[in-house]
Amino acid sequence: MLDRMHILICGGPDCKDKSIPIRDAFKANIKKHHLENEVSAVITGCFGLCALGPHILIYPGEILYSGVSEENIQEIFEEHVMKNNPVERLLYRGKFDRMKLKNRSELTFFAQQERIVLRNCGTINPLDINEYIGRDGYMALAKVLTEMTPEEVISEVKKSGLRGRGGGGFPTGLKWEFAKKSISDEKYVVCNADEGDPGAFMDRAVLEGDPHTVLEAMAICGYAIGSHTGYIYIRAEYPVAVERLEIAIGQAKKLGLLGKNIFESGFDFDIEIRLGAGAFVCGEETALMASIEGERGMPRKKPPFPAVKGLFGKPTNVNNVETFANIPPIFLKGADWFKSIGTEKSSGTKVFALGGKIANTGLLEVPMGTTLREVIFDIGGGIPNNKKFKAVQTGGPSGGCITEEMLDTPIDFDNLIALGSMMGSGGMIVMDEDTCMVDVARFYLEFTVDESCGKCTPCREGTKRMLDILNRICQGRGNLDDLNILERLARIIKNSSLCGLGQTAPNPVLSTLKYFKDEYIAHVTDKVCPAGVCSKLTKYVILDNCIGCTKCAKNCPVGAITGNVKEKHKINSKLCTKCGVCKSICPVEAISTKPEKWRAIYAKAN
Amino acid sequence: METKVDITNEKIDLLYAEMEKHKQKSGPLMPTLHSAQRIFGCIPIEIQKIISKELDISVARINGVVTFYGHFSVVPKGKNIISVCLGTACYVKGSGGILDTVSHELKISVGETTDDGLFTLEGTRCIGACGLAPVFMINGEVYGNASVQMVKDIIAKYKT
Repeated sequence: MLDRMHILICGGPDCKDKSIPIRDAFKANIKKHHLENEVSAVITGCFGLCALGPHILIYPGEILYSGVSEENIQEIFEEHVMKNNPVERLLYRGKFDRMKLKNRSELTFFAQQERIVLRNCGTINPLDINEYIGRDGYMALAKVLTEMTPEEVISEVKKSGLRGRGGGGFPTGLKWEFAKKSISDEKYVVCNADEGDPGAFMDRAVLEGDPHTVLEAMAICGYAIGSHTGYIYIRAEYPVAVERLEIAIGQAKKLGLLGKNIFESGFDFDIEIRLGAGAFVCGEETALMASIEGERGMPRKKPPFPAVKGLFGKPTNVNNVETFANIPPIFLKGADWFKSIGTEKSSGTKVFALGGKIANTGLLEVPMGTTLREVIFDIGGGIPNNKKFKAVQTGGPSGGCITEEMLDTPIDFDNLIALGSMMGSGGMIVMDEDTCMVDVARFYLEFTVDESCGKCTPCREGTKRMLDILNRICQGRGNLDDLNILERLARIIKNSSLCGLGQTAPNPVLSTLKYFKDEYIAHVTDKVCPAGVCSKLTKYVILDNCIGCTKCAKNCPVGAITGNVKEKHKINSKLCTKCGVCKSICPVEAISTKPEKWRAIYAKAN
Repeated sequence: METKVDITNEKIDLLYAEMEKHKQKSGPLMPTLHSAQRIFGCIPIEIQKIISKELDISVARINGVVTFYGHFSVVPKGKNIISVCLGTACYVKGSGGILDTVSHELKISVGETTDDGLFTLEGTRCIGACGLAPVFMINGEVYGNASVQMVKDIIAKYKT
């Protein structure tokens, strides 16, 4: 039965702690007014607008509220639900849609998106298989099992031009074909849900918001390559996703959509969940398989490729979550439809996790070929606090930084590689004038040093040496020659490591060295940090816009700040411990750590 | 500094029961280690020996696996676990400063436990709450949009 009104509450990673009390408040009101048969309130997956959550979406009308709390529910219920009178004060207001009552799909953040992977996230209740089925769920599997041969399935995926969304961009159809051609008594389908790229959380959103789509796609893949067992390898850090997957698998088995003789076709398929244990390298497919087998997660030599000899020595097809989420729509709407979206060599869409110094932090899905500028400045809403854009980092620890001049490049797999970065899993971290590029390179290297499995010496030892040099530079003990050594080491590591982790680990250093050499030089010759981040090279000063509120002086733990009320204050740099408390509480941003010369450069650019 | 591991017979029985289930699967070691970590809070050598006998895998290999993965630990952790997210989105928004503050306040570095066994400090990988960056967690509870002042206040609360 269709309810008169549907209330959807965002239960994404950022909102979920607050969404339960909100739903309960709605339920209490529904009960109080005896509207159980007319109004429903459910928690869904991530809406994508993480910076402003929690959100509520009310149908009919697709009216979006954001930043609501439990206290607002009474009012929303009485006005909107009872009197159909939306509470304008609490509605979502984007930068470009001020004070206007619009439905969700008209808002700037959503209008430029094309949601294929995220089609059900924020729309269905992920805990109820019937809601997935209601949106054509498991229809693709039915079609595949009853109308198509495995060869036809593979040729359809090949025709769609779908490429692996986990980072490499390898054609999915080809991968399936290789696994299909291997002859063996047993084959495996593995879903790589070990989303380790810092700053990427799209797989988490799909698994939490629409778990069935992954199960359905894995079964389709199993049918195509001739496998009856699937494994989902998922990070232990995502307990909610694990729980929802377990529930989803249980429900699918109960309805006969997984298990024996699915759709009376004689095809059997089962899925098991395996937990990762906090090792980034396990996102590499051979390391992932080693981990499932109960070994240290160390990559193996290819060939033999997993399609020939993979998990437990059997032919195995590994795809990532986002890749799988594209599969059911391809079979429902056809490969030609999918091919028509995106660019010639990269068809379809890509989900990006926008983070860092950006107004609309969150998840978005755009057709391939959209420019970085559109993503960051239109959908993302640009840089907050009138700061200057400096770079966007894509591809996580394997990727690189892209500067303002290159923002009009259409995003696809090949263009990003040409720019010295890569698609990676789709994390997009925006950096502004307050981000030190040397420190960012250091940060990524710290990560890879930590995560290098230790198998290949160049990666294990080389990244460590590079980190030592970067640490030295950030502490003001570097020299110009260090920059050459960094570049040389980077080349050696790239050329002589076995797996993707080592081959790409130096990328953040190389790309920052290429585009931000002036910042490196400022660190090694002028001994200053242009962004005011590296604490050994910075000095806290109070600027002329100080209003003399005395807040900093009162909170300074060492009493280094003095000054009279309503007059400009002063910091005694001999006492200052650079703890940062004053900067974090100053109401007018009058405390700066940037050197004067660079402050002027940034001011001019603004 | 040494916090004692609580190994009781009931817990060991629980581990055996879990192992019985995991033995039915291919690749039983990882699920078993996850169970052990959950039951005991860490996987000390005594427990590794039990697993070794039951699954017929050498202790050396088990130890190699336990120490490889960040999620498993051989020593017990403190009563309160403070994890500061070091994902990129958090880092560019200042989680490095948050980590330094905690480290300074508690006088321990990452991976260490305070002498009184009250706190363990961890630098955790991206927890996917990038919209709230910078983020830290105490015992799994997420604190978003964190500032140096805020983390100081919250630690003070847990100390009392």
